[in-house]
Amino acid sequence: MTALSMTGDLWIGDTPLIRNLALDMPAGRWCCLLGVSGVGKSTIARLIAGLPGPQRLDGALSTDDGQPLAQRVALMAQGGQLLPWANLVQNVTIGARLRGEKPDTARALALLEQVGLAGLEHRLPADLSGGQGQRVALARVLIEKAPIVVLDEPFSALDTLTRLAMQDLAARLLKGRTVVLITHDPLEAVRLSDRAWLLGPQGAQDIALPQTTTPRDFRTPEVLAAQAALLSRLHQDMACAG
Amino acid sequence: MRWLNYAPIRALIALGFALALWQLVVWVSGVPRFILPGPLRVGAALWDNAALLWEHARFTAVNLLAGLAAGIALGVVTALNLALSPGARLMLRPVLIFAQAVPVFALAPILTLWLGYGAASKIVVVMLVIYFPVTSAFFDGLMRLPAPLADLALMMRATPLRRLFLLQVPHALPALLSGLRLAVVYAPFAVIIGEWVGSSRGLGYLMLMANGRGQTDLMFAALFCLAGMSLLLFGALEKLGGIRS
Repeated sequence: MTALSMTGDLWIGDTPLIRNLALDMPAGRWCCLLGVSGVGKSTIARLIAGLPGPQRLDGALSTDDGQPLAQRVALMAQGGQLLPWANLVQNVTIGARLRGEKPDTARALALLEQVGLAGLEHRLPADLSGGQGQRVALARVLIEKAPIVVLDEPFSALDTLTRLAMQDLAARLLKGRTVVLITHDPLEAVRLSDRAWLLGPQGAQDIALPQTTTPRDFRTPEVLAAQAALLSRLHQDMACAG
Repeated sequence: MRWLNYAPIRALIALGFALALWQLVVWVSGVPRFILPGPLRVGAALWDNAALLWEHARFTAVNLLAGLAAGIALGVVTALNLALSPGARLMLRPVLIFAQAVPVFALAPILTLWLGYGAASKIVVVMLVIYFPVTSAFFDGLMRLPAPLADLALMMRATPLRRLFLLQVPHALPALLSGLRLAVVYAPFAVIIGEWVGSSRGLGYLMLMANGRGQTDLMFAALFCLAGMSLLLFGALEKLGGIRS
């Protein structure tokens, strides 16, 4: 297990995006970065994932074991990462095949069963619903044994009920990994996070969360209250930003 | 009228109308047959010269297919190389663009001079004519890997060769198919030009010869053979595209 810490100012080219970041993400926990559109959430996802772009961190991004981040992060994005020409097994094993390793088909089949896609292994992504597509993406993250997983708005294109089901599934299957969840959905943040921050240009503010275990039941009063509080804070942010 | 939903039947009906109109124009206007023979006369010429046409069509078809195969192979290999190596892109792209600016048809006389009146000069003309459209269509497809898949390749630490063959090539196949469509349209032009410039066989040669002798009906018959050949090629390509998608 690997803890992650990120401090400093985030820049896009010559423009400051977020100042005074100080994020401590404990090992094996879910940390959530919440914010309105355009605040720089996905930029942080790309930064942690080590993907190229105009972003630059004037500060430090480090792990507690002192080893480099590269090669230890898996990313699941909103969509578009499935190969339309490949069936589900081939999609799940694409990492191994891209690296020139022997694909572990048996494990891919087992994972597809775990995410609830048994019997669909030889379908193409075009035959799947949006939720099923994200289940495949989740299986692909799981087959990569990366200790750190970045989820960049993975469920935002799904309808509410599918989203709730996917949140439960992801919480169950990603247990034990250090997860960075990027979202703009207050309920998602409240349900899944062990720690959560609200991002704004002046930095990240801590979000108070219910003292229960994740995934939290969306029907309990404390979850609903936390969601409402968060929503009104986001609403204020939006109003300030114009 | 359900049978009208079937496309080949609609095409046949349209063709029938066109032929009838043509025949009507010939009858009504009384145009001499060495200027414009009617479809009945062309049909008769097709029937009477079937063996001759077959002989020449075979020569043309073989050169056409050989040129297509060579041009496609060369184009695909070039595009793969360009996609894989930035050095090759730097060196080869200007050459390719310059090569595109040269009208390859105009090279046919030179190619005939170098390669003689036989099959080789025709094959090379076809190859050169289709080389650029195939290369550029496929290369464009290879370089337009969608951003999420490019990210995937980075996250999964893909080797360049595996990125090429597991992501870029499958994604570029529809682009290659449009390049092939262009190739199939250009190739019959190219092979006929090659034959016009200098040949003693082939449909292009037959057309020139028939034209010179005032056998306009035979010329049209040769033209129909060529059109049939193009249609077959196009149909084969569409079948190929249908299998893939």
